[in-house]
Amino acid sequence: MGLGLLALRASRSLALNRLPRAFAYQNPSNNAIIRGIVSTPELQNPEAAAAVQQPEPAPELPPRKPVAGARVHFTNPDDAIEVFVDGYPVKVPKGMTVLQACEIAGVDIPRFCYHSRLSVAGNCRMCLVEVEKSPKPVASCAMPALPGMKIKTDTPIAKKAREGVMEFLLMNHPLDCPICDQGGECDLQDQSMAFGSDRGRFTEMKRSVVDKNLGPLVKTVMTRCIQCTRCVRFATEVAGVQDLGILGRGSGEEIGTYVEKLMTSELSGNVIDICPVGALTSKPFAFKARNWELKGTESIDVTDAVGSNIRIDSRGPEVLRITPRLNEDINEEWISDKTRFFYDGLKRQRLNDPMIRGPDGRFKAVTWRDALAVVAEVLHQVKAEEIVGVAGKLSDAESMMALKDLLNKMGSNNIWCEGNGSDPQADLRSGFLLNSSIAGLEKADVFLLVGTQPRVEAAMVNARIRKTVRATQAKVGYIGPPTDINYDHQHLGTGTQTLLEIAEGRHPFCSALLHAKNPAIIVGAGLFEHKDKDAMFSAVETIAKLGKVVRPDWNGLNVLLLNAAQSAALDLGLVPESGNSVESAKFLYLMGADDVDLDKVASDAFVVYQGHHGDRSVYRANVILPASAFSEKEGTYENTEGCSQETLPAVPIVGDARDDWKIIRALSEVAGIRLPYDTLGAVRTRIRTVAPNLLHLDEREPSAISSVAVKPQFSQKVSIAPFGAAVENFYMTDSITRASKIMAQCTAQLLK
Amino acid sequence: MFAPAARLASKRLLEIRQLFRQSPQARSFSTALNYHIDSPDNNPDAPWEFSDVNKEKAKEILSHYPSNYKQSAVIPLLDLAQQQHGGWLPVSAMNAVAKVIEVAPIRVYEVATFYSMFNRTKVGKYHLLVCGTTPCMIRGSREIEEALLNYLGVKRNEVTKDGMFSVGEMECMGCCVNAPMITVADYTKGSEGYTYNYYEDVTPKRVVEIVEMLRRGEKPPVGTQNPQRIRCGPEGGNTTLLSEPKPPPCRDLDAC
Repeated sequence: MGLGLLALRASRSLALNRLPRAFAYQNPSNNAIIRGIVSTPELQNPEAAAAVQQPEPAPELPPRKPVAGARVHFTNPDDAIEVFVDGYPVKVPKGMTVLQACEIAGVDIPRFCYHSRLSVAGNCRMCLVEVEKSPKPVASCAMPALPGMKIKTDTPIAKKAREGVMEFLLMNHPLDCPICDQGGECDLQDQSMAFGSDRGRFTEMKRSVVDKNLGPLVKTVMTRCIQCTRCVRFATEVAGVQDLGILGRGSGEEIGTYVEKLMTSELSGNVIDICPVGALTSKPFAFKARNWELKGTESIDVTDAVGSNIRIDSRGPEVLRITPRLNEDINEEWISDKTRFFYDGLKRQRLNDPMIRGPDGRFKAVTWRDALAVVAEVLHQVKAEEIVGVAGKLSDAESMMALKDLLNKMGSNNIWCEGNGSDPQADLRSGFLLNSSIAGLEKADVFLLVGTQPRVEAAMVNARIRKTVRATQAKVGYIGPPTDINYDHQHLGTGTQTLLEIAEGRHPFCSALLHAKNPAIIVGAGLFEHKDKDAMFSAVETIAKLGKVVRPDWNGLNVLLLNAAQSAALDLGLVPESGNSVESAKFLYLMGADDVDLDKVASDAFVVYQGHHGDRSVYRANVILPASAFSEKEGTYENTEGCSQETLPAVPIVGDARDDWKIIRALSEVAGIRLPYDTLGAVRTRIRTVAPNLLHLDEREPSAISSVAVKPQFSQKVSIAPFGAAVENFYMTDSITRASKIMAQCTAQLLK
Repeated sequence: MFAPAARLASKRLLEIRQLFRQSPQARSFSTALNYHIDSPDNNPDAPWEFSDVNKEKAKEILSHYPSNYKQSAVIPLLDLAQQQHGGWLPVSAMNAVAKVIEVAPIRVYEVATFYSMFNRTKVGKYHLLVCGTTPCMIRGSREIEEALLNYLGVKRNEVTKDGMFSVGEMECMGCCVNAPMITVADYTKGSEGYTYNYYEDVTPKRVVEIVEMLRRGEKPPVGTQNPQRIRCGPEGGNTTLLSEPKPPPCRDLDAC
């Protein structure tokens, strides 16, 4: 057996030697394996290492591609400096670090503590490179690139330095990869295969560290920690909760909270992603699966209106975890805890079969044919104006289009989307979009938050505001109920009165708004439900005019929506005809709508609930039509800044459920008013005639004209009322999150 | 072919066994726990405040730093708090310091856990610190610690029953020329009469005498305990450099 292993090794190294050296660096994605089995025992002594060093081949290699699409942005062309990475000249802006220059040159430098979105710590020493005329290897993440610097990343000195650092890091790292959840996606594992030695010389006892309790989301195995301090910097800088710290010194150093304290941030799940080892892993995902068994589906988050880009990792019919995807314009590389951990709600409380409520008040499973026949019959018995449809918070554009078409064919136009209120303003897109765009908020220097708590309503927007406040000391004024905001702000007041004071120029905050270069007003969509909403919005517009918030080059008048379906619904014109249609409805079609006030519904009304979860509305429904959840269908969602994105099916549909638009299409057939589309493509062709912007995927469609310029002045009296909180419980906002056990744990433990 | 392999294997096995036979104290950590455990006299709910005198002192300390860098005062303030609290820092004292310098408590915990001079568990009125660094260790600091522990009947970092003494280890205190040495931190008189004295050239017999004197309330002479030495000079007087030192040749222009 020993001989066989030897032979295998020999043949492998032979095969490797035949590979051209350049190949290994051309494909950063698959060179890990190639690098992995190259051990460098000959580098253990410097004389041999020097002998091994081959004469440099002439640089006839093709130019390399930047690592992971790294881009250079020259703000000032005079600031460009030229450095040489392994002999290749690269132009980089002044102030960039050696590591960034190497990335642009297409050389991936191993690192643990360096993270592009966090401050530089420089404590892991893994990124050591050789710089000509420097007496010792330099930590490239902390060293600014200087003109004419000759950086060498592939020399024996650099390799030996990495190998040495790796040996030190592995000294105290347990050898528990087989039972570690990070196994397979572990930076330490990968880099020790690629850059480490094949043996260590440490024979003493390894240290052990007591695990910390950080709450129901993050599992800690602190013995695995290599003290990169990424989590400490993330918590302090991005999440804005100063809970984590480095305690102790030397070999007794550990990460912790000192006093028993849970990590009560809405972004705490991100420490799982940034942890380069298995010290911080996902508690709900613990021991569930190996990452190579999972199928990744690139999709969109629907729990809030931000539309964070996510990857749904599934195995078979089960969603096992959700991780963020990089999107600089929306969520950067973070997602909120709700987005990351609500997935277990997709398995609970699901509606499998069409059901009809019998005379005894119990539901009975029936076939689709029977269920649709009953609904179609009732649909024809009621008067047109008594038909009402409500789209839920998680509805996609296609199904909302189909529902609107169905109701319109029946002669009713009483259809709206939850959260938009009874009288939404859908004529001008600028009236309901985040006009300055999420990434654009970074340009703002004064924020005025009106009736919105972005921390719970849209955690990623809040992270962006916090980033801006940290970077530029932007001023933040907040009007609303007292709340926990994790950056410097002034609490100006609780309601309409303060808003009017600012509009009339009587408030001290006015001067800040007037002197701001790019003021941004963010109005919460919670105000949509307010009865004085028009007056409030006209007050906000007065402020906008006062402070020159809307200009050709800057539109800082923003509305922050709450739900994934809202902006697409307004784009598609889901505006109810009358304000009190729920009360007069005889036929109520709820498409995933669970937050409709069902007490208002007349007792003789016929309620159809089409949705994926047995949530609030099911208790009042007469017929249940099971639909697919966002993880099981292809659907278009528009986020709060007006960017259309698409979900993709990651797992098969549960039970006998169907896609929302297909159910409505089938119902129209049974009811004898056939809708003219049979495929998703045909539905989208129909959407093109109504709101073509919804089909421009991953593109933000800004609103053409601003509402401030064209809207008539309102002179309605405003009642002096404080604003309410739009989201009571961050962790439970819709039917999926309410069905989730993890979210229930979070509610119980973190919202104390 | 198998014989050499077997021999190799058995040799390796022996080596591994040898490893396990080593004392379990292969790596000792002198610092206390890096996390907090609630106890009746040490919990975040216990009230703690600077005394009126120390409030003035804290104000004076803060005045040394720019108003936007208040956090720079963390170490002197922790020291003040420790002296006020009889030589150790309960978690509520750290919280009080955090409030004064307007930072999150964790930033203060980080500093307090980093420096071994901040005691986060109860210490005696006289905290005896034995230097454990190489020169002192070669000159017998282990025996001195043993003598102290035996005499007081405690373990390291434990307080005697009467609350008078505790023994801890400290790294190099820069007194290697008079090794071995111990330091006595005297917390009996609060922050006003706080002293931190070196007793150098000690022997296992002499440390016990020092402890007895302290217990009786006497003041043992500080510095070297070797009567033959004057401060850090050699035993029995100087043996070298007896004449006046010559001036440096390059400065003395006439000499060149």
